[in-house]
Amino acid sequence: MNLYKYAAPATFYPLAASLWPWFAGIAAVLAMAGLYMGFFVAPTDFQQGEVYRVIFIHVPAAWMGMFIYLVMAGYGVMALAFNTRLSAMMMQALAPTGAMFTALALWTGALWGKPTWGTYWVWDARMTSTLILLFLYIGFMALNNAIEDRRRADKASALLAIVGSINIPIIYFSVKWWNTLHQGMSVSPTSESKMASIMLWAMLTMTLACWMYSIAVALVRVRAIIAEREAGADWLQGSKL
Amino acid sequence: MMMKSRHKRFIWIALGLVVLGVAVALVLRAFNSNLVFFFTPTEVVEKKAPQDRTFRLGGLVTAGSVKRNPDGLTVTFDVTDTAKTIPVSYTGILPDLFKEGKGVVAQGKVGADGVFRASEVLAKHDENYMPPEAAEALKKAGHPIEGKIFAGEKPLVTQPATQTPASKP
Repeated sequence: MNLYKYAAPATFYPLAASLWPWFAGIAAVLAMAGLYMGFFVAPTDFQQGEVYRVIFIHVPAAWMGMFIYLVMAGYGVMALAFNTRLSAMMMQALAPTGAMFTALALWTGALWGKPTWGTYWVWDARMTSTLILLFLYIGFMALNNAIEDRRRADKASALLAIVGSINIPIIYFSVKWWNTLHQGMSVSPTSESKMASIMLWAMLTMTLACWMYSIAVALVRVRAIIAEREAGADWLQGSKL
Repeated sequence: MMMKSRHKRFIWIALGLVVLGVAVALVLRAFNSNLVFFFTPTEVVEKKAPQDRTFRLGGLVTAGSVKRNPDGLTVTFDVTDTAKTIPVSYTGILPDLFKEGKGVVAQGKVGADGVFRASEVLAKHDENYMPPEAAEALKKAGHPIEGKIFAGEKPLVTQPATQTPASKP
């Protein structure tokens, strides 16, 4: 299959350049639509009032925080098993975005928790495991930068990404396995949604916007990483992109 | 059969992840009682909750049980999981979402008189999101909203069915 040729940094570099504006554009359009639906179309909630509208940021951010870590672990497996250079670079490019979304989920959750629960923070299973996820992201970036030798840095951080992915199912199922202060799943693949449909659609639109944004910034970032690592390579010298 | 070294590595990674997963599952099982954020009234009655130190009690505030003392600050109410009920006494400000028939998590200790003396009360709401009109319509139609307060599958009615507004003749 010809798609494999894009696993080479030299071919992916110009491809990423032509793709990222599309993803960024779609992200912007979806974010505008999602925010409009969330703040102007969706009705008030029957128990929480207006404060519930934090879910249009909070839930997509939390989902992306978990999802990006799984994608990084997937690239980690490829980097370790198949020694593909681009997977290690993608992993490195995704980490800051994942960390940002996780931090955003924790922060918006705290701001929402005070008026609804009566506290910014408690050490329940959902919140504690999400905080561990943020630390895993920070640890990943630190490890990746701490080791001088590029190949060893990639191997060590790939291993951390793979091992840390165990935490993702723990976060996701924590509200099912243990009594937590955090409420249960409103949306899950196995049961009917517990939300009014316009609220759900606004939330899903925002999630898609965050997803497209993540791809766009990862592509921009991976280009910088390729340019940095391949600085001496011939193909890069003549490249205008 | 000769396996390519990259396939071998892949299998090792997969195997390592499975072993790690089992190890984590065992650890979580062992620490299960430390991972629950609160205990249910049934667990408290069955003495599965800590006896001498403070713990958190979670459940639904029984409809009609909230009483304010003359001092204006102390509130008493019952917390139930529909099977067992624990009386709670609390002095302080309650969160906005504290309501009869809704979820609550209180931190404190059971006194000699069997009353749970709370030092902190948090509201725990369920996973339902809908406009007030929809909630009203559901109530009128006699379909109370079921929410999950406890881990697992069992949903509870978090809206007391008796709250239906009296219909005018």
